[in-house]
Amino acid sequence: MATTARAQNNASADSRSRKPGYTTEELQAIALELRRDIITTIHNAGTGHPGGSLSELEILISLYFGRMRHDPDNPSWPDRDRLILSKGHASPGLYAVLAKAGYFPREELSTFRKINSRLQGHAHPMTPGVEMNSGSLGMGLSFALGCALAARLTRKDYLVYAILGDGECDEGEIWEAAMAASHHKAGNLIAVVDRNRIQNDRFTDEVMTLEPLAAKWRAFGWRVIETPGHEFPPLLDAIGRAQRGRTKPTVIIAHTVKGKGVSFMENNPAFHGRAPNQEEYQQAMQELA
Amino acid sequence: MAAQREMAATRETYGRTLLSMAEEFPEIVVLGGDLNVSVFTHLWRDQYPDRFYDFGPSEQNLIAVGAGLAASGQIPFVSTFSVFGVGRPFDQLRVLVAQPHLNLKLVCTHAGILTGEDGMSAQAVEDLALACSLSGFTVVCPSDSVETAQVVRAAAVNEGPIYIRLARAATPVIHGPDYKYTPERSEVIRQGADVSIIATGVMVSVALDAAELLAQSGIQARVINMHTLRPTDEETILAAARETGAVVTAEEHYIHGGLGSIVGQVTGQHHPTPIEMVALQGYAESGKPEELMAKNGLTPEALRDASEKAIKRKRG
Repeated sequence: MATTARAQNNASADSRSRKPGYTTEELQAIALELRRDIITTIHNAGTGHPGGSLSELEILISLYFGRMRHDPDNPSWPDRDRLILSKGHASPGLYAVLAKAGYFPREELSTFRKINSRLQGHAHPMTPGVEMNSGSLGMGLSFALGCALAARLTRKDYLVYAILGDGECDEGEIWEAAMAASHHKAGNLIAVVDRNRIQNDRFTDEVMTLEPLAAKWRAFGWRVIETPGHEFPPLLDAIGRAQRGRTKPTVIIAHTVKGKGVSFMENNPAFHGRAPNQEEYQQAMQELA
Repeated sequence: MAAQREMAATRETYGRTLLSMAEEFPEIVVLGGDLNVSVFTHLWRDQYPDRFYDFGPSEQNLIAVGAGLAASGQIPFVSTFSVFGVGRPFDQLRVLVAQPHLNLKLVCTHAGILTGEDGMSAQAVEDLALACSLSGFTVVCPSDSVETAQVVRAAAVNEGPIYIRLARAATPVIHGPDYKYTPERSEVIRQGADVSIIATGVMVSVALDAAELLAQSGIQARVINMHTLRPTDEETILAAARETGAVVTAEEHYIHGGLGSIVGQVTGQHHPTPIEMVALQGYAESGKPEELMAKNGLTPEALRDASEKAIKRKRG
């Protein structure tokens, strides 16, 4: 399956349209398979962040198996679209997708968070396909803006995606970057907010009020697209529309469910940053069978 | 008592040197935080507006955008005042620049108490400690304008993250046009066998004046210009410790975490030697630069006294 993914991405590598090559059913099958990989990876490590890895999954699949121009055989291809995982604690979601796409062997997922591994607790560029070191929230949108401005300086047409957590939007630097991206007219920058409504301790509404979130981004000069965050036709459409903007940066607010796909993790703040125990692991795998 | 020397502002030298490299290094992009006239990057901004981005006073964003540019193959020169460029975005420097070892050039002016009248919040006296704690960073504190021009050029040529510390005030020019800056080797700017004064930045000129004072009482002081704190030229430090048996460190920086700490660590590990440290004991205040230097004991006389004390502590 990884071979198929690689072939597909290579086939569309020179395409400016970045058209998805998978059917909705195929993408859903990939999502189910990767949910199992995420849970197994975190269970194997005994530590990690399942909630946000599960909530961001369809966003990442829509990009890596649909809309992004990239080449797993050449992670440093200068013309590649860049994906910056700003919410770097959700690395298991990204690792599962990168392995499936062919950036590194799937077996390597079992080394996650262990000594001598390329798969660090928080995403780090030592992993093939990872662009930015992460773990301190709020930095990824600025970094992505730097990549986007570099495209302008080198006259390249790549796009830059920044995946942000909603709790992460408490960080002031997000809004520094939002202001700057709009001021510098970074139309090749697309932010995606994984709006799963839960942050480390509790629900985002309890910790820090974010709403009206769309209005905040609009007030900062961004084009805002809202979409359900686990359904492929709408997600692919939203990303496709975002790709067609060239004057303003675009933010996609993807309404997701924290812990999506595992009943007892869904909407449960406890699984922001804890691994399932053996019993929980078995139940999760049964649900994802 | 101090020798009469020509004065020059290293920050202006920075701006002019940067401008002179624009055609040779097409990857250079300059980032500013609304202080571009003060740090002299306005010269670049006005000449190369397409290779310049201003972010206003949003320093976390400033450093992180620079990291993204560096990761994309550009050579970002990021400039603001030291307090805003090192202290405020320290986490961005750590996570986005130092840990992935990106090719970002952080050049900050208005470091230390030479910043003067703006007072203690504007005076970066802990920037060297912070920068030196970033693994893999090169940290340079040039001694004068001549050296600054070469340090800035070397920053563009050599791969890797660097912090360059410059002052607001004009400082004495102690080098002639033939001077050659070598990043990995400190400069022994005056020979001597009785005591070594290891200085950095503006304190090199103060140390030269102190050596003149000491010579009047028959003491020959070696003066070392330790322009580059990281990576540390341990060889020159240890040669000074072995050959003179007494060391004085001199820095316009807080006594903890800067040059004195580095020299103490190197000698303590390899050749324990009496050391006297001339440095700031805490935060300063508003005032003229020369008044602040005098009040805080960063003078030739203080270095002379420290040298005599170090010599008395020699073993045997």
